[in-house]
Amino acid sequence: MTAADHAGWEVVIGLEVHAQLATTSKIFSGASTAYGAEPNTQACLVDLGYPGVLPVLNREVVQMATLFGLAVNASVARRSVFARKNYFYPDLPKGYQISQLELPIVEHGEMLISDADGNDKRIGITRAHLEEDAGKSIHEGLDDSSGIDLNRAGTPLLEIVSEPDLRSAKEAVAYLRKIHTIVRYLGISDGNMQEGSFRCDANVSVRPRGQQELGTRAEIKNLNSFRFIEKAINYEVERQIDLLQDGGTVVQETRLYDSDKDQTRSMRSKEEANDYRYFPDPDLLPVEISDEYVEAARATLPELPEAKLQRFVAEHGLKKDDAVILTASRALADYFEAVAGAVDATAQVAANWVIGDLSAVLNRDGKDIGDSNISPAALAGLVNRIHDNTISGKIAKQIFEAMWDGEGSADEIIEAKGLKQITDSSAIEAVIDKVIADYPEQVAEYRAGKDKLIGFFVGKVMQETKGQANPGQVNQILKAKL
Amino acid sequence: MSLDKVKVQHIAMLARLKLADEEYASSVEKLSRIVDFVDQLSQADTSDVRPMAHPLDAAQRLRPDAVTETVERDRYQQNAAAVSDGLYLVPKVIE
Repeated sequence: MTAADHAGWEVVIGLEVHAQLATTSKIFSGASTAYGAEPNTQACLVDLGYPGVLPVLNREVVQMATLFGLAVNASVARRSVFARKNYFYPDLPKGYQISQLELPIVEHGEMLISDADGNDKRIGITRAHLEEDAGKSIHEGLDDSSGIDLNRAGTPLLEIVSEPDLRSAKEAVAYLRKIHTIVRYLGISDGNMQEGSFRCDANVSVRPRGQQELGTRAEIKNLNSFRFIEKAINYEVERQIDLLQDGGTVVQETRLYDSDKDQTRSMRSKEEANDYRYFPDPDLLPVEISDEYVEAARATLPELPEAKLQRFVAEHGLKKDDAVILTASRALADYFEAVAGAVDATAQVAANWVIGDLSAVLNRDGKDIGDSNISPAALAGLVNRIHDNTISGKIAKQIFEAMWDGEGSADEIIEAKGLKQITDSSAIEAVIDKVIADYPEQVAEYRAGKDKLIGFFVGKVMQETKGQANPGQVNQILKAKL
Repeated sequence: MSLDKVKVQHIAMLARLKLADEEYASSVEKLSRIVDFVDQLSQADTSDVRPMAHPLDAAQRLRPDAVTETVERDRYQQNAAAVSDGLYLVPKVIE
């Protein structure tokens, strides 16, 4: 299918994000939420749905949901209610999931993304509600049975539901990245997609351009990487357009994305599965919070990505594209600011090092900024030696590698390896005289007007000095001597 | 009667209840009586009444975010029909 085939169609996408909240214990019990424990060692009587137990709400999840609501400019409900969502599945021991339906804790938020033309576009956030996660079914290695691990049962989730305001897979990914960045800035979720801490379902439909009424949607479940989300949506859009153009109809159903085949397929239709018979959970009282509580939470909000980006441009004079990269995570932004605060050069120079050489080695070694081998102070130490002309930019890259390999600070490496830049003009002159004497032919050509040969001489001088001569001085003295 | 056989079959399926065919006639009648009885409530004017979420006029108490449970897997799994390597075993769930 080509873009031209899409021309008559409008794509409509709404996303449901499940962000696992970064608490120590579960939403309704005192069992641990640590990832990767032995099966069922973190499933207590409440999580197992034993009779006679009572859920008690974790204080921290209310705080986290409140922070999220404030960060996306939403209204935070002073009174919210938990409800039971009833269905049978082996990984749900109680036979219902505790969630929120009619009175969620967060409603009417918004998020700005950049559309295809680079303009701001507002994406509505319908609601965000608190709920518990279910357990995990394991099928591999078991013949006639499935194994159930309930460690994840009762893990707190914030389900963030967008309006159907997204118009392409790219917009969907842009929105998702923003949500991902925000929850990590707020420290309310680690956002780890591999471990399932940040999952997404996409509701996708298409309609003829100009039509008001929404087309029938399909829901793509459990997408756990930004790349797969984009591919899954693109596949689904093409499938639906093909289907409609051939005179078919889209069926409202749940589909799974198969990343190996790069296609979505229908899950065995769970007829009637949508009859969840919600009702208020009699085990839990309404959650009430005061205006003072909300204002106190607001006071603890960190600087959010958008504000930080604007400040990096205004205060540090960074290029906007660089500010976007540096504010993608709070850890990276903090690292940059620590370097910028300690260098004599401009903040842009600090930014270039963080975005360039540092990001490259982090990427190469599969490390996060938090595990960097080079501290911000150490990096600033290197940048300052370039700024004060002790070393050239080229030598700096060599020293950077040595620092990464744990050979010491910039100053120690410069000292140990004798990498100090030669700025003594008489020393440079001596080398230049030697080069001129060694290459009489080139000297004659240069003098005959072949100006480009200056590069040849600079190269020879740098070679003789192992790159340690100050390039500016070399140029200047060479020109004078030739 | 507010319910019919199809509705009761649906409710039975959702509740995982198996009713014999001859049980339906009386189930439809009895359940309809209950629904009709409760339906009288909709005749009351509730436009000024806030929907009740809980019979107690109180707010939820919150607990500190701390791990208070210890590992009791072996004890809890004594009640299970089948376990293996720490997993609860159930009839195969096919996606």
